[in-house]
Amino acid sequence: MPISIFTLFLILPLASFIFQLSIGKRIGRNSHWVSLSFIFVTLCIALGNLFSEISHHSDGHTSNLVFNWIDLGTFKIEHGFQLDSLSAIMLVVVSLVSFLVHLYSTEYMKGDPRYTRYFGFLGLFTFSMNGIVLADNLIMMYVFWELVGLSSYLLIGFWFEKDSAANASKKAFLTNRVGDIGMFLGIMTIYFFTASLGSATLSFDGITALFQSSFSSFTPADITIVTIAGVLIFCGAIGKSAQFPLNIWLPDAMEGPTPVSALIHAATMVAAGVYMTVRIFPFLTPQALEVVAVVGAVTAFGAAIIAITQKDIKKVLAYSTVSQLGYMVMALGVGAYQAGFFHLTTHAMFKACLFLCSGSVIHAMHHALHHLNDHKTDPQDMSNMGGMRNKMPITYASMLIATLAIAGVPLFSGFLSKDMILAGTLAYYHAHHGWTIILPIAGFGAAVITAFYMFRLIYLTFHGEPARKDVYDQIHESPLPMAFPLMLLAGLSLAFSFTFNLNPMDSHGWFTHLISEGINVVGLNMSQVIDGIHHAHHDAMIISLTVAGIGIGLATIFYLYKLVNVEKLAGILNFFGLYNLSYNKFYIDEIYDAILYRPFMWFCNLFSWIDWDLYDQKFIDFWGWFTLKISDGAGYSDYNWLDQKLVDGFGKITNKFGQGLKVTQSGIIQNYLLGGVIGFVTIFIIFKAF
Amino acid sequence: MGDLAFSGLAIMTIVSAFWVVVSTNLVRSAVALLFTLFGLAGFYIFLFADFIAAAQVIIYVGGILVLIIFGVMVTNKIDDPEVGSSSRNQLFASFGAVFILSILLTVIMRTEWKIGNITQADETIRKIGSHLMNDFVLPFELVSVLLLAALIGAAYLSRKDS
Amino acid sequence: MDNLSTYLIISAILFSLGIYGVMTRRNAVAILMGIELILNSANLNFVAFNRFSGMEKLEGQVFSIFVIVLAAAEAAIALAIIINLYKNLNTVDVDEADSLKG
Repeated sequence: MPISIFTLFLILPLASFIFQLSIGKRIGRNSHWVSLSFIFVTLCIALGNLFSEISHHSDGHTSNLVFNWIDLGTFKIEHGFQLDSLSAIMLVVVSLVSFLVHLYSTEYMKGDPRYTRYFGFLGLFTFSMNGIVLADNLIMMYVFWELVGLSSYLLIGFWFEKDSAANASKKAFLTNRVGDIGMFLGIMTIYFFTASLGSATLSFDGITALFQSSFSSFTPADITIVTIAGVLIFCGAIGKSAQFPLNIWLPDAMEGPTPVSALIHAATMVAAGVYMTVRIFPFLTPQALEVVAVVGAVTAFGAAIIAITQKDIKKVLAYSTVSQLGYMVMALGVGAYQAGFFHLTTHAMFKACLFLCSGSVIHAMHHALHHLNDHKTDPQDMSNMGGMRNKMPITYASMLIATLAIAGVPLFSGFLSKDMILAGTLAYYHAHHGWTIILPIAGFGAAVITAFYMFRLIYLTFHGEPARKDVYDQIHESPLPMAFPLMLLAGLSLAFSFTFNLNPMDSHGWFTHLISEGINVVGLNMSQVIDGIHHAHHDAMIISLTVAGIGIGLATIFYLYKLVNVEKLAGILNFFGLYNLSYNKFYIDEIYDAILYRPFMWFCNLFSWIDWDLYDQKFIDFWGWFTLKISDGAGYSDYNWLDQKLVDGFGKITNKFGQGLKVTQSGIIQNYLLGGVIGFVTIFIIFKAF
Repeated sequence: MGDLAFSGLAIMTIVSAFWVVVSTNLVRSAVALLFTLFGLAGFYIFLFADFIAAAQVIIYVGGILVLIIFGVMVTNKIDDPEVGSSSRNQLFASFGAVFILSILLTVIMRTEWKIGNITQADETIRKIGSHLMNDFVLPFELVSVLLLAALIGAAYLSRKDS
Repeated sequence: MDNLSTYLIISAILFSLGIYGVMTRRNAVAILMGIELILNSANLNFVAFNRFSGMEKLEGQVFSIFVIVLAAAEAAIALAIIINLYKNLNTVDVDEADSLKG
């Protein structure tokens, strides 16, 4: 394939964006065909590329198409495309999910007044995401990283009339930025460090090669620098993939339309953080990887606990996404490189399916409530649903398949990937002992809870008696543009799709052959790690099957057969405050508010007060008042003195003179004659005197 | 004897002139003018200007003075004797007149007049006639034209408005 | 007594009296009388100078004739004006004729 064809991955979605924003509105609803066709073309190219990668089975990186971005002689930054198996798979994932979301949105967003703008933003997002996938160096990735953040902002706040949506989009963008600060610091550190080693470079291959050759001569200080750089760059992933300290934006991002949630906040953008970690994995030191693993574990477990008590269907899925992202990050942290990327791909498929199914349910609920003219009931609240499986069979089937995948049931893709991750954590513990026991505990614990709450969601939504009979009567299945993506994604959630291997327990297949098991050039002994994973595989499988069974069983007992009164149970747990802790998201938002926002706003208010009340009101306005007073004075003096007295004075004096001299004009000629004579006399005297 | 007559004549002339300008009664003023003119005629006799003296009496007294008296009578209100001088002008006017007089007197006294031969006088009328017809014929004609104009003008000015 | 200065002095006195009369009197006819005095004083001057500067030429007297003639013409016109003034203002008080007053 000629390299230049990959520029289409960037050009076509961008063209879709520009088209939709400029001409789309005039064409109206039919403009979606343009977007659909463009994305479909990119999908075909991506699939073709993937097939050729699989068949060639090259692991070679071809990153031609380099062009100079900044070249100042001593300072040089080049951009280029990195086309290897990783990017091949990611391109397929992004293009496929983007295309399915485009198709889905033609039905979901029908009738929205800003329809064409929506498709434009989807195009912008696809363009940015492709940029991240194709980037071969940190700076190019950073540029598209920010673009993806922008697209997310635009799409979350798509219905910006709602205050909650506008605030959520701001929160997402700002939280991302916090992570991006760390990322940029890390990039700079890497740049100057590689410069100190001889050749400054920011491309992944370049850094890997450089470290590989010079690692043996690293001093402990050098290793510290590399560790710090790695952790800083990982901060970007913390922000983008909603890991523990910065996970606050993802649940709020559910304010956006559901297809957007499926595309961005489930399958692709949040996966970008993990993808970036995969790319920088070769130069993450073991210490940095420790940090990564802990962050991932905390995220996975904590988010799972929060998801138990949520009532909103999309919030459950959001926290589940955060939890699964924690899994992926934890996988990379313990060294299970292949497992992390595998889970990213499988998660993209089944999470997108879950979100689109929930969108289908919400769409149906919305229409039903609209028919009943009920605008108060929340169409996303699961306590208003129930018993939907009879009315929405396709949605139910797809969602059930995806849920089985996420719960880690054999025959489904999630089982394979999760299994590999858990094996990795066990191997890590076996290698390091001590405190690292928390990693497997977090992993398996989160697995139990994941299975539990996902099946809770299924039972509450699709089983049991409908909570509102009048609403229930109006529910109907979604039309084809929405149903088709559901079915396709459900099919891709099966294990077979990823292995082409008839054995449901065996994860070896085309995927594992394509993706390498990872290399690390800064001190991690990959062969040891890989060996450990293989040894722990058997134990991990047994434990994960057990925990999945426990989770599903508990959910079935609580919600399907209703053998235990969940309200009472919640009350008992709340005795220890556990229920509230879970329901209120561990109060993280409140803590941030108290620690960060309040002091900051206090400062802002202080400076605002100084600026407005002191500086503006008193100082600046004083000059205004002063100028006014001066002008008043000038006006007064001008009018009263200059005009009235001086100018009018001349007139008055002339008038008085005239009046005075009028006496001489008596009209009596004799007086004139007398005047002449006296004048003659006077002149004579004057001449005589001088 | 000649000096006595001369000074008497001079006194009469000047006193009459004084009366002309001071008298409040207009008729008395006119009569005083009469005496003044007669006095002047006398002076002309003394100055060997016999024709002029005669012309003075005939024209001035007999013509102009009569005209003036006509004017007085026509414009007088019989029952209301005419007004006199305006008091406000008198001070300045007298001052001015005295000043002019003093200037003239100073000039007259100070100048050394060149006195020519005092000869006996012939009758002047012949000489005047020849002057008029030979040396001063132009002013003569002009004066006659002017008289004509004056005649027409006076007649026009005093016509009745119709 | 019979020298030039005497006549000139008399003429000067008459002249100043005439000036006084013109400037002072309110009756128009009285002003005319003052003017006649002035003219006569000039006449006297002419004749006096003629007598004392040689009697071969009588230019002074000729001029004096002219003056008399002009005085006559002027008196006629002046009286015509006074008659008109009397007709318009019903008085010959020149203080009343002050339409130039301003």
